[in-house]
Amino acid sequence: MMKKEIFEPFNISDNNFEQCVKCTICTVYCPVLEVNPDYPGPKQSGPDGERLRLKDPGFYDEALKLCLNCKRCEVACPHGVKIGDIIQMARIKHSKKKPKFRDMILANTDIVGSMASTFAPLVNPMVALKPVRRIMDGVLKIDHHRIFPKYAGMRFETWYRRYAAKKQMDFKKHVSYFHGCYVNYNFPQQGKDLIKIMNAAGYGVHLLEKEKCCGVALISNGLIKQATKQARHNVEAFKKSIIDKKMPVISTSSTCIFTIRDEYPHLLGVENNEIRDESELATRFLFRLVDSGKLKLVFKKNYKKRIAYHTPCHMEKLGWSIYSTSLLRMIPGVDFVSLESRCCGIAGTYGFKKENYETSQGVGKPLFDQIDSSDVDFVATDCETCKWQIEMSTSRSVQHPISILAEALDVEATMKLWQNESAEISL
Amino acid sequence: MKFDNIIIGGGLSGLTCGIKLAEQGRKCAIVSSGQSAIHFFSGSFDLLGQVNGEEVSHPIEAIKNLADTHPYQRVGIENIGRLAEEAPQLLNRAGLKFCGKADQNHFVLTPMGVMKPSWLTLDDFTCFDQKHSFPWKKVLILNFSGFLDFHTLFVKDGLKKFEVDSQIKNIAMKAFEAIRKNPSEMRSTNIAKVFDKGDVLDEFVKKANLLSEGFEVIILPSVFGLFNKKVVDELKAKVNKPVVLVPAIPPSVPGIRSQMLLSRRFQELGGTFFMGDNVEEGYFENNRLMDIRTNNHGDIKLEADAFILASGSFYSKGIVATHDKLYEPIFGLDIDGDTDRSQWLDEKFFKDQPYMHFGVKADSNFRALMKGQAIENLYVAGSVLGGANALKEGSGAGISLLTSLHVVEQILK
Ligand SMILES: Cc1cc2nc3c(=O)[nH]c(=O)nc-3n(C[C@H](O)[C@H](O)[C@H](O)COP(=O)(O)OP(=O)(O)OC[C@H]3O[C@@H](n4cnc5c(N)ncnc54)[C@H](O)[C@@H]3O)c2cc1C
Ligand code: SF4
Ligand code: SF4
Repeated sequence: MMKKEIFEPFNISDNNFEQCVKCTICTVYCPVLEVNPDYPGPKQSGPDGERLRLKDPGFYDEALKLCLNCKRCEVACPHGVKIGDIIQMARIKHSKKKPKFRDMILANTDIVGSMASTFAPLVNPMVALKPVRRIMDGVLKIDHHRIFPKYAGMRFETWYRRYAAKKQMDFKKHVSYFHGCYVNYNFPQQGKDLIKIMNAAGYGVHLLEKEKCCGVALISNGLIKQATKQARHNVEAFKKSIIDKKMPVISTSSTCIFTIRDEYPHLLGVENNEIRDESELATRFLFRLVDSGKLKLVFKKNYKKRIAYHTPCHMEKLGWSIYSTSLLRMIPGVDFVSLESRCCGIAGTYGFKKENYETSQGVGKPLFDQIDSSDVDFVATDCETCKWQIEMSTSRSVQHPISILAEALDVEATMKLWQNESAEISL
Repeated sequence: MKFDNIIIGGGLSGLTCGIKLAEQGRKCAIVSSGQSAIHFFSGSFDLLGQVNGEEVSHPIEAIKNLADTHPYQRVGIENIGRLAEEAPQLLNRAGLKFCGKADQNHFVLTPMGVMKPSWLTLDDFTCFDQKHSFPWKKVLILNFSGFLDFHTLFVKDGLKKFEVDSQIKNIAMKAFEAIRKNPSEMRSTNIAKVFDKGDVLDEFVKKANLLSEGFEVIILPSVFGLFNKKVVDELKAKVNKPVVLVPAIPPSVPGIRSQMLLSRRFQELGGTFFMGDNVEEGYFENNRLMDIRTNNHGDIKLEADAFILASGSFYSKGIVATHDKLYEPIFGLDIDGDTDRSQWLDEKFFKDQPYMHFGVKADSNFRALMKGQAIENLYVAGSVLGGANALKEGSGAGISLLTSLHVVEQILK
């Protein structure tokens, strides 16, 4: 094995704004700058602004809240400047604006989710009502165009304990599943699909010892203390699974996993060294098994769909969309269309806020146009908020790659392959 | 993760390799840690502008006078002509349109107001066939109020030598007020974005037409058509005088557009572009590179039958110099360059600096050397190769394009 010389540029600051050579390449790729002239842009908000803020925090500009934290600037920067992190840190350190009541509601996805799912039959029709949406718009400044994701009657965790937990012990290999708020409160089916696939692949699926919301919405809404507390809790829960039980943690939400792997240490200062490598997306986990020949997936013959894949910003930053798209392309009946990677504009709770509505839709427009003219059956993507945004703004519905795989997979044939093999080995 | 070919670096070299291999049906991936030098391109692709301090008019012929160690000599005089025909065709298929040819340099007007020889110039710009004259006598140099990246006085002074009478005027427009508020954001790309949206071009044209009464030609900075090339064509069609665009200080609008067109072409051919990912190390066995490890993919290694290193020169950290050492940071390949630091620099700044010739050592088939041994399936292309001072001799794009095409021919053999 050849070891390269690690080239580590020297920085005096905590972040690496000194590496900026002022080339302005990042500004070309910032989706907000393209539609909203009030936003100073990545270079100005990030490394340039940081220089000033170090001298005098008074230089902090509240317009930084317009940043989507999409990290597309970081992906483009030739010098590895952590522009997005610099901007988010500046907001955390310097913003004087207190989170509004509305922000608390949007940010506390788990508390609100658990209340709403308890009253799902009431809440769903209510938030769908025009007058209610007008009030939310007028009083809470949640844009009335927004359609709230429906809350499920039975939470995923409840379903799991009642109907799935016991069976998981039948498997020899095991993983933990960080389901996230969306699967728990809004769309348990996605979690069920994951269990179906992992079981077919020979893995039992377990819940963490009490997962908490990853906290991405708390961070973006300035509720840092609470976010840090939840991050510490989650890292401990992950350690119990990964270190104590030797069970890697997988998730179906690209944003949750990105937050846990990268934003915990970068923005909240919560160390995650011990768990980072084994916390990943389910599609990456599955891809690794297939790629290394340890798993073979058998698909139904009659599955035929034309599918476009949208790369969520955090997948772009992680560089992981290849895992999801490779798995989808393995399905023989899939006619695969790749969309040019562009931000959809929602950025979690950002697009829900009335003041951001126009920017949000403006950012997403090129993507929506691509989708509307692509003539596909539906769109695939790994992020739930992208799903809401695309479903609201285009004529297409959106499915998670895991759900698509679950529908196309021939479970019995897939299981037979490894069951035969392990039978042979044990003979 | 397995590909037929993996290319490290997504600049002009990496993209050229990727496009040609993908056109031949190879399953390719490009891994690039960030955007490349194309973002700073003037808009002219140079083949050879100078040899031994003398300006070149017939590059293909002049290549014979270069040192044996020069990348062009190593590609082989017998190949250069053919590859120089092929290169613009490949770029054409990606949507880049040029004027110019390889056996005779043309001239372009630089931001310094001088005529510089070049090979292929994007059709945003104007190609001239005379170095010492300018076809018009009464010239309007037009700039945007607050735009500091276009030095109108340099252009004016330069044009004086051609006995041209020029005048400088500025245009202020409401549409630019937002970006002007902050002088560091009044940059070419940000201006271009405003024009891209389509609604301010007409207002600009109206003003330009008024101001240009009594002039024969308008000179403008090249700030048109970032995402949408049509803006340039529309500008030229609507302004009622000929328009000569001149590169502004980078980032370059036509350069960035070229980068986007090339990466789009590569992806449309089925190529996989891993943008924002860094190649960290490689695993070798029996003088072959088996797989590479990247920052994003971690334990999921990227495998290929053949690899191309197109990681650029010092600027892109394809090679790195510290106070005591010169090295290739991914694999630790052999370096063609002086180990004695005192030999890196010539104290006369404008001299041909020795360090500009440094690069990764390769054998006659452009395979990388490690401890003197050629790595059988690791090729080297573009500015990471040593042997030339591209800036001095005006050969940057040429070396990238021609070594890349040559390397791909070795792989396809
Ligand atoms: C500022 C500037 C302006 C120029 N203008 C002109 C011009 O107008 N006309 C002309 O003919 N020539 C010009 N040149 C010269 C010409 O641009 C270069 O010779 C040519 O573009 C180099 O292309 P390349 O692909 O070899 O390298 P680069 O364009 O430098 O690309 C190398 C790529 O490799 C990536 N990389 C490096 N290390 C790693 C790693 N470990 N993992 C993954 N990726 C990595 C980098 O991020 C980069 O994207 C210019 C050069 C510079 C620096
Ligand atoms: S792309 Fe990177 S180096 Fe260039 S201006 Fe932006 S932060 Fe600075
Ligand atoms: S993170 Fe996204 S929105 Fe924020 S500055 Fe960077 S590119 Fe722009």
